Amino acid sequence: MKHDILIAGVGGQGILTIATILGRVAVAKELHLKQCEVHGMAQRGGAVYSHMRISSGAIWSDMIPCGAADMLIAMEPMEALRYAAWLAPEGWLIANEEPVVNIPDYPEPERVHAEIRARPRHVLFNATELATKAGASRAANVALLGAASYFMEMPAAAFEQAIAGQFASKGDKVVGANLAVFKAARELAESRAAE
Amino acid sequence: MQHTRLFLGDEAIAQAALDAGISAAYAYPGTPSTEILEYIQRAPEAAARNVHRAWSANEKTAMEEALGVSWAGKRAMACMKHVGLNVAADPFVNAAITGANGGLLVVVADDPSMHSSQNEQDSRFYAKFAMVPLLEPSSQQEAYDMVWAGLDLSEKLRVPVVLRVTTRLAHSRADVRVRPPRPENPLSPPPDSRQYTLLPGNARRNYAALLRKQRDMIEAAEASEFNAALDGADTSLGIIAAGIAINYLRENYPGGACPHPVVKVCQYPAPEAPIARLIERCRRILVLEEGAPYIEEMVRGHFRKSPDVRGRIDGALPRAGELTPDDVAAALGLAHPPALKLAEVVRPRPPQLCRGCPHADTYKFLNEALRAYPGSRPLSDIGCYTLGALPPYDAIHSCVDMGASITMAKGAADAGVRPAVAVIGDSTFTHSGITGLLDAAYERTPMTVLVLDNDTVGMTGGQESLSSGRLEGIAAGLGVDPAHIKILTPLPKNHDENVKALAEELAYEGLSVVICRRACIQIRKRQ
Repeated sequence: MKHDILIAGVGGQGILTIATILGRVAVAKELHLKQCEVHGMAQRGGAVYSHMRISSGAIWSDMIPCGAADMLIAMEPMEALRYAAWLAPEGWLIANEEPVVNIPDYPEPERVHAEIRARPRHVLFNATELATKAGASRAANVALLGAASYFMEMPAAAFEQAIAGQFASKGDKVVGANLAVFKAARELAESRAAE
Repeated sequence: MQHTRLFLGDEAIAQAALDAGISAAYAYPGTPSTEILEYIQRAPEAAARNVHRAWSANEKTAMEEALGVSWAGKRAMACMKHVGLNVAADPFVNAAITGANGGLLVVVADDPSMHSSQNEQDSRFYAKFAMVPLLEPSSQQEAYDMVWAGLDLSEKLRVPVVLRVTTRLAHSRADVRVRPPRPENPLSPPPDSRQYTLLPGNARRNYAALLRKQRDMIEAAEASEFNAALDGADTSLGIIAAGIAINYLRENYPGGACPHPVVKVCQYPAPEAPIARLIERCRRILVLEEGAPYIEEMVRGHFRKSPDVRGRIDGALPRAGELTPDDVAAALGLAHPPALKLAEVVRPRPPQLCRGCPHADTYKFLNEALRAYPGSRPLSDIGCYTLGALPPYDAIHSCVDMGASITMAKGAADAGVRPAVAVIGDSTFTHSGITGLLDAAYERTPMTVLVLDNDTVGMTGGQESLSSGRLEGIAAGLGVDPAHIKILTPLPKNHDENVKALAEELAYEGLSVVICRRACIQIRKRQ
């Protein structure tokens, strides 16, 4: 079993939380993992990413080779396209529709969405909106993880335990809201995959 | 019993240092090394043992403080980014001449590809220059184990030992088996004071001893558990893989099984015997290393008949930047799917100042005050505020090394530039700006120094600033006229009065220090 997952977004969007929850799942399942991330200057609103490799066997490189990722989880649509080259041809692209417009020349969001829809295997949805409706407006990252989890060889319960552990210090209400976001997004991915 | 924990490379180093019985750690924050001391500051055992763990003013003071702990017989670690070793170079090189008493580990985190740096210098050259051993882990587990081995080696050979990591390992997490802790050393300053008193007569004797130890260092590398000769049947190619490059090699073969003979180099001086055997056996040699072509140059030899060597020099691998599994695949001639072209709609997204950042307000009033002096170009420094060089600010025009804003602006003033303006952050100022300001105060140089005081080391994630609230006292103590030390609060509502106050200092034919003081917005959010 192996999952090579690239997580992309804009500095400050919470991509490291996705990586941390995935890490909790891997540790609980006693799997190997390597996960590299960006610290420093790019965290100030720039393009950031994390390579997450989970495997039952040995993992060599900290970085996923280009064109070999099983999945790309993008918190932001243009960042999805920036790292699309990392995806394997049969890999899944899970992306948030909601753009972060912090540069003057951000393209028309529709053009960005169209490029994502041209990929053979994708789930493009407004994770920010879904999270807000499910009661946790800041949990777009958990929504993307929920959608991504549907395509991974690990049971939903393992993710739910990891989410509960991740947010335990913030109280039952926050845990409950994040679990609701996770479930709603996972169901959305299931229905999209069936299309 | 050993147990497993999930660590960043930096965290593995920190935990290992605590487990291996250091009594003190010293550092100045710098990507990608910052997380080492941050981890020690959070570690309960460090607090329980009272391991020294406060930030130092800069890498030179950190290195010297660590040397003092080693002098006293205890184990110490100094941590820095690669360019920090330039700052610490004087004590570092001379610590090789004094030698170590208690174990002395110098951890240097290099940043190939310059993710957050001004250059991508390779610290292996520094270790060679100082003639001390260097360890370069290929995994988080080796990073952990090498801290133990490095401190032991330092005490055995009585020299400082360098541990070199690069960004990818420093900032990547993996599972690490930890060992039961070892007690700290007792106090035991050296009996012979000549060891640390580098008068020429003593220094010559110590240097001769260091030269004699070179053979021991090579033998230690040849016997090291971290170096290995891995056999392979296909001798048409022999591979030397250093540090994390071995992972990129294995990544390219199913099960990590490379068909060619490989020499893994993770402890330096590079082991001569296995490399010589590899060159004898194989028709061609490929050198994979992170950073500069350090081993490649050694193997190539410039003025004698060289074996057929491939690497970063002949273009088999890119000369600049960090290695990737893809670069290594190309150098091995392995088929690789063609890279997808970047979609045309994708625009670059450079980092930028946060919304509400005090530096943004400062740059707005600086730009307006300077409108009276067309073509003026403030010289600046290293930190978040360096982003003021980008649109929409375009406010600063240099970033060279820690503290160079003040000294370069002084040079510009000496050359006749008016107004000469320096822009520096509070922590960069205490790191290396104070001595430059002393020069300017002594000569009454006509220039305006803006200290952007956000009360933290912002770029590296908000570490304590040593100047906290004391900048005006420091400036006055250096001899700056208190009438020309001003404190402004960069807020949009104060814009007009800030423009006016700064304009007065720009017009003054003498030395002014303008402190632009408002706390970092990220730190405020956290509080």
